[in-house]
Amino acid sequence: MGKQNKAYFKKGFKLGIPIGIGYFSVSFAFGMLAVSSGLSPVLALVISMTNVTSAGQFAGMQVMVLGGTYIEMALTMLIINARYFLMSLSLSQKVSKKLTSLQRALMSFMVTDEIFAVASMEVGAVTGWYWLGLSIMPYLGWSGGTLAGALAAGILPKSLQDALGIALYGMFIAIIIPAAKHSKPIVMTLIIAIGISCVLEYIPVFSHISSGFAVIIVTLIAAGIMAYIAPIEEKGEEEESCISC
Amino acid sequence: MYIMLSILVMALVTYLIRVLPLTFFKKKVQSRFIRSFLYYVPYAVLGGMTFPHIFYSTENTLYAAIGTVVAVLLAYFEKGLTTVALASVMAVYLCHILL
Repeated sequence: MGKQNKAYFKKGFKLGIPIGIGYFSVSFAFGMLAVSSGLSPVLALVISMTNVTSAGQFAGMQVMVLGGTYIEMALTMLIINARYFLMSLSLSQKVSKKLTSLQRALMSFMVTDEIFAVASMEVGAVTGWYWLGLSIMPYLGWSGGTLAGALAAGILPKSLQDALGIALYGMFIAIIIPAAKHSKPIVMTLIIAIGISCVLEYIPVFSHISSGFAVIIVTLIAAGIMAYIAPIEEKGEEEESCISC
Repeated sequence: MYIMLSILVMALVTYLIRVLPLTFFKKKVQSRFIRSFLYYVPYAVLGGMTFPHIFYSTENTLYAAIGTVVAVLLAYFEKGLTTVALASVMAVYLCHILL
């Protein structure tokens, strides 16, 4: 790889480290749960390595344990993971125009909430090397955590296991607060999104809505309102993100 | 066999959702509304995913709230993802030990 590609790769890799740490803790819980639901550690690992999605995996495992049909499984995954469709669409506008279809198809395997969030914050276009670097630690963290959790359930002190539950949310906060500091429309987006999210969570009529579907509703309404009242002006043509920043 | 096929269905559906827009949508969106919409998507997603659920991410809501305050403060001073994430974990862990 060239010097510039190496720099993109390195930049992505560094940004992937905290995601990997957060994933380790979440998938650790998944691994423990999978084994206690009767799956073997190897199967738990296979699920994590082929899906790389937290809520979807927990739900899919539930379907499996209850002996659900394949149709049921497909629908469950479709509803819970449909948010990736929006993220992937958003990324299609953000990735470098030089990427081939095959490269895009490979990249899309690693569209997760967190990787999407970090890549979205890039100032310029997202390159393939950047994406590859960004994906490595999260993938290792997700798979490694699953296996570790499956094999060694109960070795971590319970209080630390519990504390790790906040890790990914802490990371989300580290992304949204600095962005909000510099942009009023982003502050408003957050207020609307959080407001709707609370309504869906606390008003009993909505309580049967799954968490994956709630994210879709929140996103459609909040981003829709903001696009209507505060449309973004056209910026210059594609520049690749600056490497040093 | 049932388990293996179920896992295959899981993985396939999840991948299709991810692969279709990114691979086949190559043109730049012309509509200013859609472009603006997509610009706001990440913030809407993250805001809605984080709140109020962060308060239930650990066993004790008070501990989670303390972890949240620590994260927000450090994030406000732009301390970076790893620092903020680990500091919020440490805050919750310390609550477990001290309180």
